[in-house]
Amino acid sequence: MPSRIAKLLHRLFVVLPLAGIAAAQAEAPRWQVNMPVGVTPISRETYELHMLILWVCVVIGVIVFGAMTYALVKFRHSKGAVPARWSHSTTAEVIWTVIPTIIVVWMAYVATPLLIKIEDTRGAELTVKITGYQWMWEYEYIGHDVRFFSVLAEESNAARRLRSGIDPFTVENYLLDVDEPLVVPTNTKIRYLLTSNDVLHAWWVPDFAVKRDAIPGRINEGWFLVEEPGTYRGQCAELCGKDHGFMPIVVVAVPPEQFTAWLDERRDVQYAGREEQAPRLGAVN
Amino acid sequence: MSQTTHAGTHEHHDDHDHGPPKGIKRWLFTTNHKDIGTMYLVFALIMLFVGGAMSLVIRAELFQPGMQFVHPDFFNQMTTMHALIMVFGMIMPAFVGFANWMIPMMIGAPDMALPRLNNWSFWILPFASLLLLSTLFMPGGAPASGWTMYPPLVLQTGDAFPFLIFSVHLLGMSSILGAINIIVTIMNMRAPGMTLLKMPMFCWTWLITAYLLIAVMPVLAGGVTMLLTDQYFGTSFFQIAGGGDPVLFQHIFWFFGHPEVYIIILPAFGIISQILPTFSRKPLFGYESMVYAVAAIAFLSFIVWAHHMFTVGMPLAGQLFFMMSTMLIAIPTGVKIFNWTATMWRGSISFETPMLFSVAFLFLFTIGGFSGLMLAIVPADFQYHDSYFVVAHFHYVLVPGALFGAIAGAYYWLPKWTGHMYDETLGKVHFWLSAIFVNITFFPQHFVGLAGMPRRIPDYATQFADFNMISSIGAFGFGFSQLLFVYVIIKCVKGGQKATDQVWDNPEGLEWTVPSPAPYHTFDTAPVVK
Repeated sequence: MPSRIAKLLHRLFVVLPLAGIAAAQAEAPRWQVNMPVGVTPISRETYELHMLILWVCVVIGVIVFGAMTYALVKFRHSKGAVPARWSHSTTAEVIWTVIPTIIVVWMAYVATPLLIKIEDTRGAELTVKITGYQWMWEYEYIGHDVRFFSVLAEESNAARRLRSGIDPFTVENYLLDVDEPLVVPTNTKIRYLLTSNDVLHAWWVPDFAVKRDAIPGRINEGWFLVEEPGTYRGQCAELCGKDHGFMPIVVVAVPPEQFTAWLDERRDVQYAGREEQAPRLGAVN
Repeated sequence: MSQTTHAGTHEHHDDHDHGPPKGIKRWLFTTNHKDIGTMYLVFALIMLFVGGAMSLVIRAELFQPGMQFVHPDFFNQMTTMHALIMVFGMIMPAFVGFANWMIPMMIGAPDMALPRLNNWSFWILPFASLLLLSTLFMPGGAPASGWTMYPPLVLQTGDAFPFLIFSVHLLGMSSILGAINIIVTIMNMRAPGMTLLKMPMFCWTWLITAYLLIAVMPVLAGGVTMLLTDQYFGTSFFQIAGGGDPVLFQHIFWFFGHPEVYIIILPAFGIISQILPTFSRKPLFGYESMVYAVAAIAFLSFIVWAHHMFTVGMPLAGQLFFMMSTMLIAIPTGVKIFNWTATMWRGSISFETPMLFSVAFLFLFTIGGFSGLMLAIVPADFQYHDSYFVVAHFHYVLVPGALFGAIAGAYYWLPKWTGHMYDETLGKVHFWLSAIFVNITFFPQHFVGLAGMPRRIPDYATQFADFNMISSIGAFGFGFSQLLFVYVIIKCVKGGQKATDQVWDNPEGLEWTVPSPAPYHTFDTAPVVK
């Protein structure tokens, strides 16, 4: 039975080695209030930029809300405040037009280099084509003859049915687990090509600071470089129909040697039971 | 002024002229701006509860992880209909209602310039909205592709599809007719001496809003018509199989959609600009720069649309342009916030209910402005986009922003409309409940969004459970608090302490020179404005 052999091989070489890594990752903390720092150079810079704007807003907020609060407390009718009659001050208006202008221009100036970096996909060592479907993802390792679908894990899928009677808290990584994750090598610049087979989807992994739309008829591209081995989870971020909330993304990052081994095994699994032989990695490249 | 003299007894305040017909005919055939204004406002209030009920379905399902109440597809119908109803059926009609009631009284005109058109533009609304609501009972259910109606997903809508398109056409038609009426009224019917730069800010914001409406509603109509022909007449504007591109629709939609954001908020700016000076007992600070700021915001709103689409894969230059233009909006918006603060500065502030809602508007709209500024930064937007952070952002500008503006306006002018003071204690209770619950509802959504929760999902990972539960509690609290608003309005209509003509402590504006309640016809003879 080719399919049974395939399943067994899949278990032995794909699921088990990765399960160890997945288990090592604790579930995301509850009560998380901020953006994750992430595990790519871009995600770290994005986080820093986010914190910078946040603090700029906090400082402006303290000043503006402080002034408002002071006015509300100090100039109260009930305390006998007598209203002033002025209603204009060119100096003040020039100041609060010019200073915000400087701030926004400066913020754009700060954000631009990072944006340029994000858009620079040159020098990628591995290309993965990601295709969105209603409601699953397909991953294809371009030039390595490996492709597979990635759908919501069975356990989550059972628990998410209407009044399923299964407590989501008992399901590990509820709604954030798939049958087969995307596996990528660490410390490797990976370019992704993104498209869709039906409606719009968006591929989002917060830890990589990557979000891009999958659009039928178009191919979007981007890149990421994962520095730490681990399992990273995300979700579809563009409304794509009834199961939009149920097509998660799981990426497992492993050291490059392990990745090469995995890729070979995975190709064998794909070819198990077929007439032709799985090409070896060297032969393809 | 002369028109204050014909006040007489309130029972016979319009005895110098024909009174309104009795019964249903009064409302069906009325061409009176006050009657039409009332109908707009009552309609908007009803739709607030219709759209609100839908949001409570959403929040009930999101109360805890797992699917407890509705199927995912119905959940999507709720998010879609909630937005369409709230935008086209609630907030826009509410502000048109204010415009109808107040603009003629503010500029010293006897009525709107085009009264029959006015009747028509209102009566399109209930039918268009019923058409939209009827889709809930059609095979395949209501539209479930989000109010943005992005293809190709929207083309998967069932029998509801043509009804969605037609009701959007009708709602847009109603808005355009209302906008034309407002422009013609303001341009032609101002009292002698009421120059443009003497008009109350509310008239200015509505004048500019009306131009925005005329500019962009046809764009939306064109966009949805292209959807219709793609679906039924074999065109391929957005279908890749025929050489079309779904991204084209997004450009069309947001070319309408971003000015639409300002169509919703500018009238609220106008109302706040009326209320803050009254209760600060000090004139509006920097009137002219406020007018220019509104005009600048309106202009900029046409060149920022693609900031809703940073993740579609635009060229770098495009992303930089839209990032910069979007951030520029912060400058005129900042001018408005600072001018409002300066209006209160060295004033003599009292805290009646309209003022409380206006102050909450100042604080909470500014929070929405801050998150808007953050969203403009493209690299960070890649994280924020389509997450609950965005949901928190636009609800902060729409609920404690636009909606609080409308509620503040309702309390401010209720005594003028009804001739009675509303119950101040209940008004304040309504304010505190609303202000507290609105923050409980929407503030935690910033957190789950940053932590990675996508928007428009019916169920979520367990890590988001706590904040979602808090948010749902807030939503139910906010929703039920609005019943108190209805009670206060009904109580005020039925009776209460008689309102004086001025109502408040020496407020500015022609509307305070006519009796309370405002007679059926005001300013038959134009007042002279110095």
